[in-house]
Amino acid sequence: MPTKITNKYSRIIRQKLLWMHFVTNTGHIGGNLSSIDIILLLWHEYIGLYDQFFLSKGHSAGALYVALWSKGILSDDSLKSFHGDDTLLPGHPPSNVYKEIPFATGSLGHGLSLAAGSALAKKLKGTNDQIYCLTSDGEWQEGSTWEALIFLAHHKLKNLTIFVDQNSLQGFGKVGDISSMDNLEVKLKGFDVEVITCNGHDFNAMRRAIEVMTEIPKIIILKTIKGKGVSFMENDFKWHYLPMSEREYIKAIEEIN
Amino acid sequence: MRKEFTESLLKRHTSKNLTILTGDLGFNAFEKLREVMGDFFINAGISEQNMVSVSASLAKEGFESWVYSIAPFIYCRALEQIRNDVCFPKLPVKFVGAGGGYGYGVMGPTHHAIEDYGILLTLNTLDIFIPSFNSDIPNIVKKVGENKNPSYLRLGLDESSNKYDAPPYAKWRQLTYGKGLILIAVGPLASVYVEALLKMEFEVRPNLWCLSELPIYSSDMPENLLKQLNQNGIIWVAEEHVENGSLAKQLLSVLIEKKIKITSFKHFYARKHIYDRYGSQDYLRKKSMLDCDYMVERINNNNNEVSI
Repeated sequence: MPTKITNKYSRIIRQKLLWMHFVTNTGHIGGNLSSIDIILLLWHEYIGLYDQFFLSKGHSAGALYVALWSKGILSDDSLKSFHGDDTLLPGHPPSNVYKEIPFATGSLGHGLSLAAGSALAKKLKGTNDQIYCLTSDGEWQEGSTWEALIFLAHHKLKNLTIFVDQNSLQGFGKVGDISSMDNLEVKLKGFDVEVITCNGHDFNAMRRAIEVMTEIPKIIILKTIKGKGVSFMENDFKWHYLPMSEREYIKAIEEIN
Repeated sequence: MRKEFTESLLKRHTSKNLTILTGDLGFNAFEKLREVMGDFFINAGISEQNMVSVSASLAKEGFESWVYSIAPFIYCRALEQIRNDVCFPKLPVKFVGAGGGYGYGVMGPTHHAIEDYGILLTLNTLDIFIPSFNSDIPNIVKKVGENKNPSYLRLGLDESSNKYDAPPYAKWRQLTYGKGLILIAVGPLASVYVEALLKMEFEVRPNLWCLSELPIYSSDMPENLLKQLNQNGIIWVAEEHVENGSLAKQLLSVLIEKKIKITSFKHFYARKHIYDRYGSQDYLRKKSMLDCDYMVERINNNNNEVSI
């Protein structure tokens, strides 16, 4: 387990992610590959004992589970049980199973409010614990995310860092074609929050963004690629749903290598 | 009941372990609470979905987390947040819905809460509290505050006069005694009927029972009520709630389970949301045949039928 995440380590974890999805014949791989880098970075370099991470885009559960595996919290056997009967690892994260997963997510538009509540609780307690929340970009079509944004900005929850996995694709097409969230950065800057945009697959860029000191909540828009690392998956929204065939899996692993 | 609720919560706010979120409501009621609680009193603005999820996280972090709004703005607008964020992890959030039943009267149907407990009981982990009298509030606030499950407190209006002295709070309470039928009224409806029924002759007076908590279980039905049910068999239920998801439906299941022989069962309930004309809570109760005059008339007619 490295102290600092490297591109090489990210490739190893991507392989594990692909393996888990392949052996369990599970889809949702595209959004997992776009978000795995930030999830990995946060769990290895930033999330402390009393900090909290909220995976608002619960359909990236696979990336979260593999990141927790890389931290030694989940076992190989657990990963093999992913998405099957009698599993603790369903397709979207459950509550009341692992303390690292505070709430069941999967219905979009909940995580940001939950994270805001947690950040408010820490503020009321006077602790310095940090709260991290990862949303998708399509998720900002949910009205409740804007309710949460107004709230967390108003309460100046500076212990809260929000990430937007901006892979620009959603379930049935491009975000821009369905219900455009174009110029999201400009929209978000209309609120009292610090907005930073960076490459969501560049660890140094993400570190710099995370470490920017502010007195207000911070939103980091991660420019990512859905299906990142596997050419035939990249920027193709069908990988929001589809599982891999054996041939596709072998090809994907070769490409990651 | 808002005044009593505020006073009870103020007394409960003995440490900084209690938070209350309000959806921009509380004018002329919560000013003192806001002053005393400071940062722990949170006006979350007009954003109930966010407010409910925030309340879940506050509870998860160990706060005694209260949420206040007009009833349907909580359980209708934010139902998924209640289900996923509060009930799934079984967090002891305390929801307080103002204006239970037709409580907001002429304010219109968007503000009425006549399907609240039917909906919320489907979530399984949530306990419902429906005070009947102002004097119930301190006990209920304590009970809700200490409840380990999610709670929903349906606030209404105590319609009894100053002369009436309600018995101490309990889930089930018998308010009147007589040789007439058995009438079970949910929450404040009991306060609507009780004094009129007390004026009736003992020979024809109904046994009025007041229920203030849901769900009901066969195991917690009072012995006296079961005895009366077995002896009498004429059972009426009155509630300011629609028929589906009602107490009456739950009660019938319990009665069947208990093998109680029913000779007559009548259900008085909130008929609908949309009427041709609107009016006060009392006006809407009349439309639903839940008002006191109608109830007394029906009881008298029933007594006459029995005597014939």
